[in-house]
Amino acid sequence: MQSVASQTLIDIHKLNLYYGQFHALKDVTMDIPEKAITAFIGPSGCGKSTLLRTLNRMNDMIPGTRIEGKVAIGGADIYSKEVDVETLRKKVGMVFQQPNPFPKSIYDNIAYGPRLHGIRGKQKLDEIVETSLRSAALWDEVKDYLKRSALSFSGGQQQRLCIARAIAVNPDILLMDEATSALDPISTLKIEELAQELKDKYTIVMVTHNMHQAARVSNQTVFFLNGEVVEFAETEKLFSNPRDQRTEDYISGRFG
Amino acid sequence: MSKVTTAANQFAARRGFNQIANRLFTGIVWLIGICTIVFICGLLFLILKKGLPELDWSFLYGLPSEMEEGGGIGPLIFNSFYVLVISLVISIPLGMAAGIYLAEFAPATKFIAFIRICVEGLASVPSIIFGLFGIALFVEALDIGLTIIGGAVSLAFLNLPVLTRVTEESIKAVPKELKHASFALGSTHLQTIRRVLIPVALNGIITGICLTAGRAFGESAVIILTAGVSSSGEMWDFSLYSPGATLAVHLWYVQSEAIVPDAQLIAEKSAAVLVFVVLLINIVFRVPLWLNERKTR
Repeated sequence: MQSVASQTLIDIHKLNLYYGQFHALKDVTMDIPEKAITAFIGPSGCGKSTLLRTLNRMNDMIPGTRIEGKVAIGGADIYSKEVDVETLRKKVGMVFQQPNPFPKSIYDNIAYGPRLHGIRGKQKLDEIVETSLRSAALWDEVKDYLKRSALSFSGGQQQRLCIARAIAVNPDILLMDEATSALDPISTLKIEELAQELKDKYTIVMVTHNMHQAARVSNQTVFFLNGEVVEFAETEKLFSNPRDQRTEDYISGRFG
Repeated sequence: MSKVTTAANQFAARRGFNQIANRLFTGIVWLIGICTIVFICGLLFLILKKGLPELDWSFLYGLPSEMEEGGGIGPLIFNSFYVLVISLVISIPLGMAAGIYLAEFAPATKFIAFIRICVEGLASVPSIIFGLFGIALFVEALDIGLTIIGGAVSLAFLNLPVLTRVTEESIKAVPKELKHASFALGSTHLQTIRRVLIPVALNGIITGICLTAGRAFGESAVIILTAGVSSSGEMWDFSLYSPGATLAVHLWYVQSEAIVPDAQLIAEKSAAVLVFVVLLINIVFRVPLWLNERKTR
């Protein structure tokens, strides 16, 4: 286990989230360290994806969502009035459950984000496209097909393209919302390897319903149940020696 | 005795009711399909066969005559396009804006639901109602008489609900995942609409524009009431206040009112031109679609 005391990047304090009457997150408090992989596990509907989406404020798009408490990234409260959501999302990238490339070419998919944020020069864009695709371990497979539609590639390639697209706007944090659940085992493995490489540069928070995945790739694991954090520990510790009985029941497959 | 020796092939065809119904249904669908296609193609062929061989430039370009043989339809074709272009210039931006509003910004309230029903209702109102509205607005309230601008604006009103509806539906049909992907990259709502929603929805929107353009080109009731049944009688008359009979109106006019001896022939030739141009409009509008599709395939 890494004993390096890494710094906290995301500080969540007494966070409560309601969808209308439904209390989806209850008094969630945690510190997520930077340049590491933190995995959220738990049964369906436990609030793990909801918490992930509070980190880039994608929950804002769901009408009737109400939030109390504090979420700070690098010390800045992301729910304060002065926050510009677009700037926040540029710094907090997201990869979704279903690969969702735009029906455009590979090149235009990667260049989409940088163009949004005002980068125009072809040379600059070419450079971003190449480095992003390289970081996502996709460059060698697609370098000759940059003008081809993203939709003509396999699901695993599309998902790595989505990761490259997220990286292209130079975020600090990468959120992965069950990013491998729609993929085959080999593509899943590639994404997991990629996550391992990317954690040196980015803080990765991933939601997974696959406990083995959490055990394989993450540094810290958080176990959720009914909107509450049951246990937050180093991954190795949580899986080998859980403190809470409910965690033990879940990871030993007794429910969920 | 074992049964195996006598058992028939268990995969042999059964002739149950479902199998027969299936074949019967397939046959009927084929028959109706073929009949419809033959009917439509026959109609097109008849119209084009009667008119096209008689066409010459002097007819397409010439001025219509009131009394003598050999009048042309030049100003009427011009008016048709002129009115069509003006009406589209007005209705496309408005219709698309309203459609985008309804799809992306409108809150889910009862009032908006009511608006939506109104739009749908307007889309199926007979065109003559829009003609009467045009009269009330341009001829009576504004008192400018029967004009091209009156006809074009009334026509735009006629097309507006359809365009609104088509845009809304096309935008709503864009997968939510694409929208989320765009937002997650830090795009504003406008950027998402402009760079993702509209390009992806373009296919549906252009199909809608194409349908309304074809309908507008062939529309007669609205034009008769708001732009009149005569043209200014000269070519390339860009004045918005000239009377603006279109080809479709002329077709009706020579068939029912005109006293020229060759009215029948003019009608046949006009019909052929009308059909031909509507086909052409459909093809022209599809070119950007093909290009768009090739880019996104």
